[in-house]
Amino acid sequence: MASALRNVEVATVESASEATDSQSIWDRIASSKEFQDLMATKKMFIVPAFIFFVVYYFALPVLVGYAPQFMATKVFGKVNLAYLFALSQFFVAWLIAALYVKAANDFDRLAKDILEKNGKGGK
Amino acid sequence: MNISLVMFLVFIAITLGITYWASRRSAGAAAYFAASRQIKGWQNGIAVAGDYMSAASFLGIAGIIAFQGYDGFLFSVGWLVAYLTVLLVIAEPLRNAGKYTMADVLAYRLKPRPVRAMASLSTLTVSTFYMIAQMVGAGALVKLLLGSMITYNQSVIAVGILMIVYVVFGGMLATTWVQIVKAILLMAGTILLSFLVMAHFHFSFGEFFTAISQVTYHDAKGQQVVKDFLQPGLRYKPPYGPLDLISLGMALIFGTAGLPHILVRFYTVPDAKTARHSVVWAMVLIGSFYIMTTFLGFGAATIVGPDFIKGHGGTNMSAPLLAQALAGNIFFAFISAIAFATILAVVAGLTISATTSFSHDFWTNVIHNGEERKPGEEVLVARISAFVVGAVAISIAIVLGPTANVAFLVALAFAVAASANLPVIVLSIFWRRFNTAGAVAGLGIGLLASIGLILVSPSLMAIDPPTVVGTARHLIQAKAWFPLENPGILSIPLGFIGAFIGTLISHEPTSQHKFNELLVRSNTGLGAEKATAH
Repeated sequence: MASALRNVEVATVESASEATDSQSIWDRIASSKEFQDLMATKKMFIVPAFIFFVVYYFALPVLVGYAPQFMATKVFGKVNLAYLFALSQFFVAWLIAALYVKAANDFDRLAKDILEKNGKGGK
Repeated sequence: MNISLVMFLVFIAITLGITYWASRRSAGAAAYFAASRQIKGWQNGIAVAGDYMSAASFLGIAGIIAFQGYDGFLFSVGWLVAYLTVLLVIAEPLRNAGKYTMADVLAYRLKPRPVRAMASLSTLTVSTFYMIAQMVGAGALVKLLLGSMITYNQSVIAVGILMIVYVVFGGMLATTWVQIVKAILLMAGTILLSFLVMAHFHFSFGEFFTAISQVTYHDAKGQQVVKDFLQPGLRYKPPYGPLDLISLGMALIFGTAGLPHILVRFYTVPDAKTARHSVVWAMVLIGSFYIMTTFLGFGAATIVGPDFIKGHGGTNMSAPLLAQALAGNIFFAFISAIAFATILAVVAGLTISATTSFSHDFWTNVIHNGEERKPGEEVLVARISAFVVGAVAISIAIVLGPTANVAFLVALAFAVAASANLPVIVLSIFWRRFNTAGAVAGLGIGLLASIGLILVSPSLMAIDPPTVVGTARHLIQAKAWFPLENPGILSIPLGFIGAFIGTLISHEPTSQHKFNELLVRSNTGLGAEKATAH
């Protein structure tokens, strides 16, 4: 199955470069509904995830740098807010990575449809 | 016979065995530069972690935490979170669109010669600076551990020769497996050390954190002080400290995804999905490691104490001295051998990324306009340049000497990667209007801005007391013009602005026409480089 798919891909690329107007195949795929769907699906996950992690991460140096007394507030025993917030960054990063891997299964499915469809179209 | 020496030799023997095995499978360019693209996701993930967790992480961060507490732990956080940029934005498009180097992605729709020449210059700058910092560190470490048997110069030469051997004979396959062995050793050592720290505190976090809240040592004036090491602000003090912390964060978050020796790793796997899985594997290892710097750093602060460390080799010896305090000389030798393995593996990774860029980008594509004249020439040139890079790194490390002030070189490498490499990679993948002039301007201005700002920063400009001599002195004896140690906060926007202005003042229809091709290829993998048989 995997090798069949691979052959299809190779055939597509070769036919793309052999065609007199080689640009057109890529343009056609780029403007197809399937590809637009793929890009929209990706954007819907990646843009908010990126913005969230950048804001969450930079909140740490900003708070530690400009509100050190607040961040020194003790939460359990001797453990303060600054340490817990820093530690939470690791878990948040892992969580976003896990969610991305899950979302990326959809990207792979959509991309595979495009590859298969254009493999047939190329022949 | 010295136990450290025996452990060093065992590690060297294992890695040379790997190199011999790999050398028989490294015929052809895809095999030599990209391990035939047959590395598995988890293997590449461990190798990425191995490439990334340098001596600066293992020895450096443990040392900063041991002396400056919580602020040191902030380094650890940025080092992991940075991988989200790699995962979400860079790894998969890069694997789909490129062949051996990051410049492949830029050259896809821009004019190859100017962008490859600039990208190669930036890659060589990042790799060389990073490598010199590692070499000086290695020399100083080995001298400290085996001082009676080997001098600083001999240990620098030994490290240099080993890295040349790995890269020249074993190529990417040997480099990958050296990284994997090193990463596993480093994780094992760190887990063991963390366990022993907790055992020391009777497995009570309450007891551990109570000790952290009252670390006793003597300050610069010789007065005894008691500090809460979980309190922020021991390193980053007003007025500029907070800004420096944000600047460092920016260099890490945007720089990691522009480090050439990390990016080339994604060409060693069969496809984009495997590249994604390897980033996740790397994040699991790197995250666990950096969380454990809590035990390494605070353990050294509480169990060994800053005063003792200062008198026995300084900040970088915090982790090995902690091992000695907890479990004696054999464990000290084991941890020291791991530190040595760490340095060797990282310099090998840096060397292969530098030589790949020189040979593939500069020799084949800039000088010979994209045509490989004889089969195997590209690999031959890479092997020769590995010798040259190794010899240059050895010479510079010897000239600088063991006490040289080189810690800023790692910050510089990240700043150049974030200010020069990342903007142009991102814009070439996402911005249709982007063109060659924009890429050249972005790379050039990002590179100049980071180097220029570091030259006039407190890392290189300061007034030393007369007791500081030789290369340990700051280069320019005057008050720094730029107040931050890390230039990222200014140089990263400058890199982006350079790329924007360069793009807007020129017009390049071919680059816009080929955008759809790059867009489709980087998002679907259509036409991406395939794995080859060994």
